[in-house]
Amino acid sequence: MLQVTDLHVTVEDKEILKGLTLTINAGEVHAIMGPNGAGKSTLSAVIAGKDGYEVTQGSITFEGQDVLEMEIEERAQAGLLLGFQYPVEIPGVKNIYLLKSALNAQRKARGLDDMPAPEFMKLVKEKLGFMKMDASFLQRAVNEGFSGGEKKRNEILQMLVLQPKLAMLDEIDSGLDIDAMKVVADGVNSLRAQERAILLVTHYQRLLDYIVPDKVHVLVDGRIVKTGDAELAKQLEANGYEGIEESAA
Amino acid sequence: MSDTQTFLDTLKTRSQQRDAEPSWIAARRQAGAARFEALGFPTRRDEEWKYTDVRSIAQGNFALADNADFSPAQAAALTLPVDAYRLTFVDGVYAPALSDVDALPESVHVLPLSKALSENHEAVGGPLGRLTGVDFSTFAALNTAFMEEGAVVRIAPGTVVDKPILLQFLSRANATPVMSHPRILVEAGGRSEATLIEHYCGDLEAANFTNVVGEFMLDRGAILNHYKLQEAPLNDMHVASMHVEQGRDTRYTSYNLNLGGALVRNDLISDLNGQGAETNFFGLFFGQGRQHVDNHTKVNHNAPLTFSNENYKGILDDRAHGVFNGKVYVKRDSQKIEGFQSNQNLLLSDRAQIDAKPELEIYADDVKCSHGTTTGQLDEEAIYALRTRGIDEATARGLLTLAFAGEVLDKVTLDAVAERVELAVAGKLPERFNLAGLVETAVALND
Repeated sequence: MLQVTDLHVTVEDKEILKGLTLTINAGEVHAIMGPNGAGKSTLSAVIAGKDGYEVTQGSITFEGQDVLEMEIEERAQAGLLLGFQYPVEIPGVKNIYLLKSALNAQRKARGLDDMPAPEFMKLVKEKLGFMKMDASFLQRAVNEGFSGGEKKRNEILQMLVLQPKLAMLDEIDSGLDIDAMKVVADGVNSLRAQERAILLVTHYQRLLDYIVPDKVHVLVDGRIVKTGDAELAKQLEANGYEGIEESAA
Repeated sequence: MSDTQTFLDTLKTRSQQRDAEPSWIAARRQAGAARFEALGFPTRRDEEWKYTDVRSIAQGNFALADNADFSPAQAAALTLPVDAYRLTFVDGVYAPALSDVDALPESVHVLPLSKALSENHEAVGGPLGRLTGVDFSTFAALNTAFMEEGAVVRIAPGTVVDKPILLQFLSRANATPVMSHPRILVEAGGRSEATLIEHYCGDLEAANFTNVVGEFMLDRGAILNHYKLQEAPLNDMHVASMHVEQGRDTRYTSYNLNLGGALVRNDLISDLNGQGAETNFFGLFFGQGRQHVDNHTKVNHNAPLTFSNENYKGILDDRAHGVFNGKVYVKRDSQKIEGFQSNQNLLLSDRAQIDAKPELEIYADDVKCSHGTTTGQLDEEAIYALRTRGIDEATARGLLTLAFAGEVLDKVTLDAVAERVELAVAGKLPERFNLAGLVETAVALND
């Protein structure tokens, strides 16, 4: 589904990713772990299309399409969705509007008509309930005045409504207490499906107790230095990244 | 030849063609001409006109329209879809065929100025020119010299007018540009309630000059909602001089929405003369290309316990230039007044420009006043965030622009007006207007 090959990325002339290769197949949940500054957030930002990241070498394809040639919105419409570590506040734009516009933009790109209002509301209501959010969220401006936990739940709510093919979640666990973490993890787990993949970027192993990955990659200094299963995350928790960095060096 | 002489020559020719008129009108006209000649057109050396160059008006040679011919189909397309009592003027000339005031209740008079003058000129003579007289400005003096047409609205005490009163001003594409000098006179009786809409629009190719004067008198307890939707053709020039007088416990709300015109200047003044009087100035101006939009407002707190609330938002694209000058004046011993003023501007291009000047002048010691102005750009982080959800860039920018306008636009309770503004500032956005129902559905489903 997603193929990242020998990816080199610089930010302000500093090379952050130095030849990263990663393959994600449908049905899989991957976790990328690594110390601060290893390039974890850079990877998801480049895949989503954020400005300021220069790809100097390598390629990213999604279902055979060259991702780097696609506009930001085209990537989302194709089913590549990024959940932010720090979701931005968008004053004056209501959640309900964002959800409806985003869903219909995606449907339009796929040659479908707008979802009829009753069907849309049924969908949103169900997902709201799942994320333990009440309907008043819909009328509030996107993330404006939301607590850290509410913002993260809102990111997952968007995922549940938009049903991406590949959900990338950047440090979705940061700043969450254990109850909020469970709600968020339940939301993410509900996305697990044969036809879908999930990429978790995280600093801590704790999240992986709730969302058990099929594969864990250790990212150090711009490269994946080790890949394993969920057990690898537990080792990292116990021993830290130092041992891995040394073995990679 | 001086700039004023061209206008005075046109005036002279017009006067020779005109039928005899009551002596007081002729005298006012002369006073207007004299004042106009003495003042001359303002230049940028005048503090009040520091940022607005009116040479394109002063150096113009405008004819006066002599008919109100306008294609009914085109008029229908331009007309706001609002169920209203309607007077239409074409290049300043009254157009009975495009007007509809037949169903007016007896307690409400809405008639063209020409008719009001011919039927009972004495009734008009008192109030006309009392607020926005020849000393108001060069443009008000010029208007007085040329005054012939406009709208007279009288609302009897205690009357709640059931439908908005729509004054529609259409501008045509003429071989020679024309000028018009409409006057609007509104007398709102005690405890009356009404909504008045001024709507300016026309042929895209038009390049005329509209110089409107308005006078609004609110008797004790009257409520007047005054919409101005200025979507004049992009080569039109538009100057408006508006003066509101508010008695005790009155509430005046101005929705000053400016989208069109090459050169636009609005002067809006409210005198709060009685306790409990409240004035609300909501403004939104949108400029693109090389449009120039200047809003000058002033609130005079002439009595204690009076309230003003002003919120102006400017959105400027391309090389447009906006001016906001808002003044709140608190007269000596006008205690316990509240005056709030806010002006925020959004620049959509590097070459757009805004000159904003909020002013407070206070001669009382027990008052609550605040003012502030900000200027910024669209939040690129927010645009990125919207695009990562599949929303294309143009729509994302439109949404955020609309969100910026929201604080003012949300006050606009006439959907037909709000939709026109939204379309102009944000482009065609999906489904904004059926969201309210959706959320209600969501709440109901949650119960």
